Amino acid sequence: MRAVDALMECLKAEGVDVVFGLPGGANLPTYDAFVNGGIRHILVRHEAGGGHAAEGYAKATGKVGVAFATSGPGATNLITPICDAMMDSVPCVFITGQVRTELLGTDGFQEADTIGITMPVVKHSVMVQDPQELPRAIHEAFHIARSGRPGPVLVDIPMDISRAEIDYEPVTDLRLPGYQPKVEGNQKQIRQAAKALAAAQRPVIYAGGGVVNANASEELREFARSDRFPVTCTLMGLGAFPAPDQQWLGMLGMHGTRAANYAMDEADLICAVGARFDDRITGKLSEFAPRAKFIHIDVDPAEISKNVPAHIPIVGDAKNVLAKLVIEYRAIGADPTRLDAWWSRIDGWKAKYPLAYEDTTDAEIKPQYMIRALWEATGGQAIVTSDVGQHQMWTAQLYDFPEPRRWINSGGLGTMGFGLPAAMGAAVGAPDRLVCCVAGDGSVQMNAQELATCAQNDIPIKVFIMNNGYLGMVRQWQELFWDGKYSHVDMGEFPDFVKLAEAYGVTGMRFTDKHTLVDDIKRAIAVEGPVLVDVRVTREENTYPMIPAGMAAREMVG
Amino acid sequence: MGTVMGEPGTKEPLSLEELEASTNMRTGRKHVLSILVENKSGVLTRIAGLFARRGFNIDTLTVGPTEDSQISRVTLTVDGALHPIDQVTKQLHKLINVLKIRDLEPADTVARELALFKVSADGVQRGELMQIAEIFRGKVVDVTKRAIIIEVTGTTDKIEAFETMVRPFGLIEMMRTGEIAISRGRTET
Repeated sequence: MRAVDALMECLKAEGVDVVFGLPGGANLPTYDAFVNGGIRHILVRHEAGGGHAAEGYAKATGKVGVAFATSGPGATNLITPICDAMMDSVPCVFITGQVRTELLGTDGFQEADTIGITMPVVKHSVMVQDPQELPRAIHEAFHIARSGRPGPVLVDIPMDISRAEIDYEPVTDLRLPGYQPKVEGNQKQIRQAAKALAAAQRPVIYAGGGVVNANASEELREFARSDRFPVTCTLMGLGAFPAPDQQWLGMLGMHGTRAANYAMDEADLICAVGARFDDRITGKLSEFAPRAKFIHIDVDPAEISKNVPAHIPIVGDAKNVLAKLVIEYRAIGADPTRLDAWWSRIDGWKAKYPLAYEDTTDAEIKPQYMIRALWEATGGQAIVTSDVGQHQMWTAQLYDFPEPRRWINSGGLGTMGFGLPAAMGAAVGAPDRLVCCVAGDGSVQMNAQELATCAQNDIPIKVFIMNNGYLGMVRQWQELFWDGKYSHVDMGEFPDFVKLAEAYGVTGMRFTDKHTLVDDIKRAIAVEGPVLVDVRVTREENTYPMIPAGMAAREMVG
Repeated sequence: MGTVMGEPGTKEPLSLEELEASTNMRTGRKHVLSILVENKSGVLTRIAGLFARRGFNIDTLTVGPTEDSQISRVTLTVDGALHPIDQVTKQLHKLINVLKIRDLEPADTVARELALFKVSADGVQRGELMQIAEIFRGKVVDVTKRAIIIEVTGTTDKIEAFETMVRPFGLIEMMRTGEIAISRGRTET
């Protein structure tokens, strides 16, 4: 059989049920194999859309997302999703076509050094040089993408390799001597962590996307309940702990709650789980959590002590480590009343500084109100994706996520244009769930072409554009930190999103009245098939509270 | 530093004190990293890229086969006074094709470098140069009317000392291989 037919067999063996992609010259053999390959393929309109759809699929399902592209421009269009998947540890396999082996390095038509260009932003990559090795390369790619700290793996296949005949035998062994992720967690360190927790007077659990990736949400909840540990999550970790909840502090970081940030500031022990002390969390590093000792649980040893020195490092999978930690902690029988003073301090902050905003008295829709209306209209049960900017932060703050894998956004790379294709991928992966995208009027235009994909394939995502006619977050920074001089942030009233939706064969709607908004959103959700809604919100509203970049948690404003 | 990155295969930091102490710390000395890699295309680029991305300068780099044809050894030296190398070694561990990394302790390591010096030499100077070469256990490998080529093997210090000695004669060209290093005793590097 041809190597590409074997590729289809490998994908099926890996449990792949859908591929997002776009054909071109160099992957014509691959696309010929799709004809009878028995694998669903969704034709996207731009490779970046396909890449983000694969990410959305992976984040919603926990399975490996797969996107295909041709050589040259097809592959370069994939770079943003690849980099995004790297930053947010999303398990994805990207398979690109390449020019024939004999043309490599000759500047052949549609040739790009895909391996070279993507090298800094992949977990691993490989160009297949022997057709017989293709099946093993595919299986190794899936294994690497999903195990340890998940991430993107790229397989580049020259055209002559993909069409070559091979003797296909299912691969049963992987040859990865240099890859043995450590997942169990050192028992001694775990015991030490349990002791430190039992002695702590002001502990905080700081959980990140690693908890979601490890499917360790149950274990996190049990760990938090094994005492009355306060819990905060990063942007990527939202949903790992249910919101709202007695022990829930809200999100931490630049646009986190005061309760979460102040608790980190005053904590004497911080237990970081699957989080990486990003600058959006720490603010000014030298003044970050100055009184705290740190337990740091992460599957990636390179994250430990990268930004903040860990006193008790535990390298391992969050699910394994948390389960063991709960057992060790319960065995100690710590006195929960020691946390009374800490909780009264935290509850004081929670009461004094709720996430509030000044609502309008007329029909004007405040962006914060829009998010709460979406929450109400969906019963808080939707999978919500977002782009990047103010709307993303408001959604993170105000749409209380009760479960993991409900909140899908681009955290590390901060990729505008992520939300719509990610929603598309999530909806394909979780067809029984309602999938909404909260988009910015700036962001949504970066991958709006995928509306055609949704229309053609009847992928029923509901996209709600928070339209303020600005690149809102940049505008906010210019207002606050650049003397209010606006430079190239005004998007005007372009395009007409309702007409755009209709042109793509998608239902278009426009909502402008606060008083009917919840019902309007319900109406949009009730429409069969994909919907694009233009929600007109207050033009100049700032996202608060906020720790200005490079400042400490105590210096929160708004 | 050797234990901070963990022994190969364990990939877990072993000592809390060292771990805490090592973060972003500049050790103030030269580090010789000995890296075993799978003999596959692109591996060197991946390694070099990790240093380049952090703005780290690699002082010397040698790559060669080992006793196993599937495996190559990369030996590179980095200045620990300029760069905190702990983070980059952890990142090196994450490369799939990297099998093992050792940050060699200078006291437990034999390191050697080979250098070729092409020096201006006519008449009387030639004799003097040959004397210096002998003191450094160097070898004269080529002589012409106007120049002499001397081969010197040894530690970086020795080669630098030799360079200082011959430079006044008119150093036309110098080539150095970069260090290779092997651990002392029975243990494998």
